[in-house]
Amino acid sequence: MTQSLPDDLSWRLMETMLTIRRFEEAVLRLSKAGEFRGHYHLYIGQEATGAAVMAVLEPRDRITTTHRNHGHILARGADPGRAMAEILGRASGLNGGRGGTLHLSDPKLGFISTSGIVGGCISLGVGAGYACKRKADGSIAVAFFGDGALEEGVSFEALNIASLWKLPVLFLCENNSSGSWAPGEGYPTLVHASSDLRSIAQSLGIKTVRVDGADLAAVRAAASDAAAQCRRGEGPIFMEAVTTRWPGSNPLWPEAVTGVTDMRMATGELAIEGEHRDWLEHHDPVLRFARQLAGTGVAAKTRLHALDAVMSARIENAVQFAREAPLPGAESAFEHVFA
Amino acid sequence: MQSYAEALVDALYDSLAADARVSLIGSYVLGLGPQRHLMDRVRKDFRDRIDDPPTSEAGAAATGIGAAMAGIRPFVDLGTGSFSYLAWSQLTNEAPVSYYMSGGKIPVPVTFHLLHGVRGGGAAQHSHSPQSMLCNVPGLEIAAPSTAADVYGLVRTAFMSSNPTVIVSHAKLLPIATPAADPKRPIPFGHADIKRRGRDITIVANSLMVHLSLAAAETLAREGIEAEVVDVRTLAPLDETTILESVGRTGRLVVVDECPLRCGFASEVSASVVEQGFDLLKAPIRRVTRAQVPVPYSPPLEAALTPDAEKIAAAARKVME
Repeated sequence: MTQSLPDDLSWRLMETMLTIRRFEEAVLRLSKAGEFRGHYHLYIGQEATGAAVMAVLEPRDRITTTHRNHGHILARGADPGRAMAEILGRASGLNGGRGGTLHLSDPKLGFISTSGIVGGCISLGVGAGYACKRKADGSIAVAFFGDGALEEGVSFEALNIASLWKLPVLFLCENNSSGSWAPGEGYPTLVHASSDLRSIAQSLGIKTVRVDGADLAAVRAAASDAAAQCRRGEGPIFMEAVTTRWPGSNPLWPEAVTGVTDMRMATGELAIEGEHRDWLEHHDPVLRFARQLAGTGVAAKTRLHALDAVMSARIENAVQFAREAPLPGAESAFEHVFA
Repeated sequence: MQSYAEALVDALYDSLAADARVSLIGSYVLGLGPQRHLMDRVRKDFRDRIDDPPTSEAGAAATGIGAAMAGIRPFVDLGTGSFSYLAWSQLTNEAPVSYYMSGGKIPVPVTFHLLHGVRGGGAAQHSHSPQSMLCNVPGLEIAAPSTAADVYGLVRTAFMSSNPTVIVSHAKLLPIATPAADPKRPIPFGHADIKRRGRDITIVANSLMVHLSLAAAETLAREGIEAEVVDVRTLAPLDETTILESVGRTGRLVVVDECPLRCGFASEVSASVVEQGFDLLKAPIRRVTRAQVPVPYSPPLEAALTPDAEKIAAAARKVME
């Protein structure tokens, strides 16, 4: 419920979600235009979770994320220009073009690892939690992962260690298999004998909570409680945010099936029709929260469009920055093998 | 002509048809790219012998190994080769040691498949070629085919082998068309194939590197250097005889492999030739491999560190000096 969020926070979170949405739409466009190569994974449909969780963390907290990292790194405050430059493989990208779309990271923002190995983020997040406990500075670790990570063996080992040692780890499972829509042949989705992912953590003595990942206020409230528990030294907590992975991703879903998001769908200025009406009316987290904000009056509608215009321009500037940024020189290829 | 992907699918289809003990654990052998639909006819006709596992490389590999120990002939697709590290204990310390440590009582007729190599934009964690490390494991057979005919014949042999076998397919090989196998029959392991005859220098390669070496040989031919390209086809067992005979004719050797340089397959071939054919060599051997650097995402960095036809030709020219 948006009423439970202070007005300034609501608008700040709206800004974060719009930044992510416009960024991801630009990534899709650049991929289609052949401006970068390789497979990538977008955060469209999951913006509310990333935005809300990052909003309750402190600067000293440590984060691990996955191949689907763009939204996380932007929500934590990364410069979209440098993030986009990394995706285009540029020298001025966040990681000098070494990592690319799969591995955007910035330790200054608390990201200790962005691993493309399924399950890697859970186990490395436990390592971050171990460091937080040793440092005893009140910091916590947050491991973002998808439901698929729980298919890997190392995830069980890591959850067990975190529970045994009461490590301050917030396991943030973005379950994006549930209800996700795919054109034609489905993208591999959750293949788990457990019908309730929370039960996996529960069997190891870890407290769990489940929220609707598209409900910004609910995610924020749950994440805030979970982080507080970790910070009090009560051990790890497992939070399942039920989200939707909306196309596209390369190579399976290279199309934006609902096109570029039109915020007039949130203000009632544009009728919603067609095959994806249910998604646009009820589930798309950006439109959903925008609709709540816009519902407060004419001034809010105007403010929403103005904010979107600013964010869209910001992302276009980021694209421009990335395009104009130089590619790394071949002679630098041997740099950074050893610290 | 047939693409590598089509021939691989043919081999799986024919292996399933030939032996009721064969089953597939994982059927996305062609990855998620445009060729993936080629597997549809295998999935349709052998539905009851195909199981797609969760994202659980260790579990899938172990299931295949245990099933092989118990008497069937499973094929386990490990997907992107970089993910085989998640099944490392199973690949290196379960499957290949069983026959020996049981005193020859428990063979493990399992076949693994993985897509290896620098595929373009895969960055550090999706570009691995684990086969050099696997060459360090006694008890494993390893095939690295380069053509449609070879992948067909080698996969057929893998399914008939009583040993754990790893087939590595370079992700960039899938669309490459070459003459189809004719007749369609198994190719025995440990038999290299001379893909191009030449009198001046031997280039030993495998997998995608064979195609780059053939391209380099064409460049060199225009300069008056005739290179012989030896495709080892299987890394283990290794056909040292064919390599040494070729070096005996040319006196010069370049070894090309996409694994990183140190302790890699190119080093192994070089050491074997020096040990057994030192007197045959007229010049030092050169290795063309991936640099000892994680694979970067950015195109110019990736290109700088990865073997290509020009780097192979340049190495050959050096050896010819």
